[in-house]
Amino acid sequence: MTALLNMDTLLDDLEAGLRRQLHERGIDNPALIGIRTGGVWLADVLHKRLGLNEPFGELDISFYRDDFSRIGLNPRVQPSHLPFETEGRDIVLVDDVVMSGRTIRAAMNEIFDYGRPASILLVALIDLGARELPIHPDVVAKELSLEAHQRVKLQGPEPLSVELREAGQ
Amino acid sequence: MTATDSSLPTLQLTREGRLKHFLTLDGLDQALLTDILDTADSFIEVGERSIKKVPLLRGRTVVNLFFESSTRTRSTFELAAKRLSADVLNLDINTSATSKGETLSDTLLNLEAMASDMFVVRHSQSGAPHFIAETVTPGVAIINAGDGRHAHPTQAMLDMLTIRQHKGQFAGLKVAIVGDILHSRVARSQIRALNTLGVEEVRVIAPATLLPKDVESLGCKVEYDMRHGLRDLDVIIMLRLQRERMEGALLPSEREFYRLYGLNEEKLALADSRCIVMHPGPINRGVEIESAVADGPQSVILNQVTNGIAVRMAVMSMAMSGQVSERVQPGEGAGQ
Amino acid sequence: MKTSAPESLCITGVTLLSGAGIGDQVTSVLIQDGAIAAFGKQAEQATADRVLQAEGCYLSPGFVDLYCNLREPGNGQKGNIASETRAAAKGGFTTVCAAPDSSPINDTGAVTRLIQEVASERSPIRVLPLGATTRGLEGELLSDMAGLTAAGCVAFSNGSLGIRDARVLRRAMAYARTFGYTLMFQPNNRALAADGFAHDGLVTARLGLLGIPEIAETTAVMELLLLAEETGVRLHLSQISTARAVEMVAEAQARGVAVSADVAMHQLVFTEDALSGFDSRFHVIPPLRSENDRQGLLTGLRTGTVSAVVSQHQPHDPAAKRAPLGETAPGLSSVESVLSMGLMLVSDGELTLPELIRALTSGPAGVLGLGVGELRIGVGADLCVFDPAATWVANDTSLQSTGKHGPILGRPLPGVVRYTISQGSVAWQPT
Repeated sequence: MTALLNMDTLLDDLEAGLRRQLHERGIDNPALIGIRTGGVWLADVLHKRLGLNEPFGELDISFYRDDFSRIGLNPRVQPSHLPFETEGRDIVLVDDVVMSGRTIRAAMNEIFDYGRPASILLVALIDLGARELPIHPDVVAKELSLEAHQRVKLQGPEPLSVELREAGQ
Repeated sequence: MTATDSSLPTLQLTREGRLKHFLTLDGLDQALLTDILDTADSFIEVGERSIKKVPLLRGRTVVNLFFESSTRTRSTFELAAKRLSADVLNLDINTSATSKGETLSDTLLNLEAMASDMFVVRHSQSGAPHFIAETVTPGVAIINAGDGRHAHPTQAMLDMLTIRQHKGQFAGLKVAIVGDILHSRVARSQIRALNTLGVEEVRVIAPATLLPKDVESLGCKVEYDMRHGLRDLDVIIMLRLQRERMEGALLPSEREFYRLYGLNEEKLALADSRCIVMHPGPINRGVEIESAVADGPQSVILNQVTNGIAVRMAVMSMAMSGQVSERVQPGEGAGQ
Repeated sequence: MKTSAPESLCITGVTLLSGAGIGDQVTSVLIQDGAIAAFGKQAEQATADRVLQAEGCYLSPGFVDLYCNLREPGNGQKGNIASETRAAAKGGFTTVCAAPDSSPINDTGAVTRLIQEVASERSPIRVLPLGATTRGLEGELLSDMAGLTAAGCVAFSNGSLGIRDARVLRRAMAYARTFGYTLMFQPNNRALAADGFAHDGLVTARLGLLGIPEIAETTAVMELLLLAEETGVRLHLSQISTARAVEMVAEAQARGVAVSADVAMHQLVFTEDALSGFDSRFHVIPPLRSENDRQGLLTGLRTGTVSAVVSQHQPHDPAAKRAPLGETAPGLSSVESVLSMGLMLVSDGELTLPELIRALTSGPAGVLGLGVGELRIGVGADLCVFDPAATWVANDTSLQSTGKHGPILGRPLPGVVRYTISQGSVAWQPT
């Protein structure tokens, strides 16, 4: 099933889309933040392709999830690591898959606890729709619509590939 | 013939082996203790942010149930709970005012009505948090903030975090605990943690009057001579000496204790040159430890305070998480 | 004790069992006018008012408990003579010695007579009061021992408190020796025991419980033995808990000191490990000690140095046990579980069945000079008929005692008492 999606094409599309957005918005010094784990891998790729000097940030949203009261804490939480001040910055937030929008909401809450950014631009490799919150990515490489029994997951970091699986397998 | 099966491990762990109460370090394996330290590391990062708060326990009620007053310990638990966005209620209950036995059961009945999610318990009786965990309605997490001479597991874990920060790992370390082991819940939890985390050697240094019978069975070597016991040490943990110890003929005088078991620069020089000095506080300067050592370059006593908040945040969120997972049916909660 | 003329009974299908051994065939026993009248065919051919079929059961002399708290006189919260003697009868006991630490304490003839009056009306078995050696058990002034004996006390104890002052102790012994009274003392050096409530050893080291060192018992044993030897009093050491104490008693017996000893059944079954989950039921005094001590106590029982096993039954209301360990009241509700615990020891090969029965019958009877513990024609019919293969589960409903803190709850226990016969009458049978 992985042959369905060519990773190089996806990454090219993602980079092109991001460059276009940055240009349109007049942002010349974006601060990249990847959401663990897939988003961090993608942030790493985009960081290289854009040739940014400033290191990118890593966000672990475990402490901000809104389903703690249902599923509890991930036993292996790692600290978030933002090697720059977020106050007043133009943030590029990167995740692998966007669906309900809850992860993005949690990530934005966390970013605001570090400081008030000037703007946040959302980049996602795949958009699965099925949104539950009014959140929409600004840059998407591929829109997919899955059957109820299908799951999609980014594998990585080397090489990156998208895996489409039947649920329960 | 065996007696009753010890219910300790099952009482504080879920079926999947996750923490749901935090009563003692007995029965917790190395992986779980490492999880606590790792999670605490994440919370240290939270403490460095401009907004030092995460929404994990938002809407939860944490009751600090202190039957023995300790402003310092209570404050760190309170701060930890607030950084997790919980609502905190502090109850200081004077046990001496009421007759024996009735207090705790009656208090618990009253607290049940408050629909709390977590009790942080400090009590003068060994096993009191254990008793509470067995008695209260399921779903309420109990955190031991020190019970009698039994355990002070959050203090021991913050000490372990401090050691890991300075030494990187536990394998190969030689650690000594000096002073009043007999009356110390901190020492019992530390000895257990150090053994579980796999240090090379734990020594206890004290006169025989301040050592429990069969102390070696806890996993430590006894040294009566401090100078001898300090050789090659990587970590020295000094314990607080309560002044009332002179009264029960356990010690002749503070002066003699300090001369034989107090830590000064001259004795510290006998340990490894990179040896760190710890103390759970509050310090009795000139009784257990010389000021020059307490404030010196090898002292990590202030780190311990910072780590205390992070460890308590870790334990509180993990125990609450364990309580939550007990209530969830398998198959639910697939993710966001 | 009921005094109406008992009906005659024929118990069939039983195997005789006593401290002397196990019978080699199934037989029947006829009981007439409160005594054993016949065995075997002779018993079966007689016309009895009632036939009790007890196939597969052992018939042994009724058990004698040298130390049982009946909680009466008292406020009734923790039990009373009716409830606790019913429990004892269910456990196969036909004679229980009532501990003196009732409220008020049994240090006057009036209290002794009260206990006996209540027992004669409400107890299905024989109750023998133990008098307080000192007034109020305070260890200072002697109680009226002769008066108490006249009122019915069979021996003198000082409860779990002991006597601190060696001079008072020596005088109590000398006085008791004058009249040939037996003193039953729990050896405990209170200065060394201090505020302890658990064996000072592995578990106290780990759990930070306040310990009672072994030496608190052994120094007290040494003191009691030396004083008994000097005064010539008849001394019985109650509820010893250490291997060392057994050795000291054996030495004293060997040099002719008139000393005997008993041990509580739970000391033979459990060790300090029972407290490792802070289970307040196992807060007992003396504390449950090490495995080495348990082995020493069993050895003492096998050799006869320790002649009796007691229940040390201490029923409590639930609140007394519902607190952090150190704040709970000591004692187990044990009298109904003694036989089952003993049978567990037998099935584990730690005691033989006759050794167990001896320690529950002729052993304790001998301490008090009671003529019970034998199965022969003419002796009073105090009997226990139990099925060793049947099991029961101790729980809030099945326990007859007011105290529901039995030593082993919620799982099958071996040995069910089918009939307890006290002075020729059925004192207990399951409903």
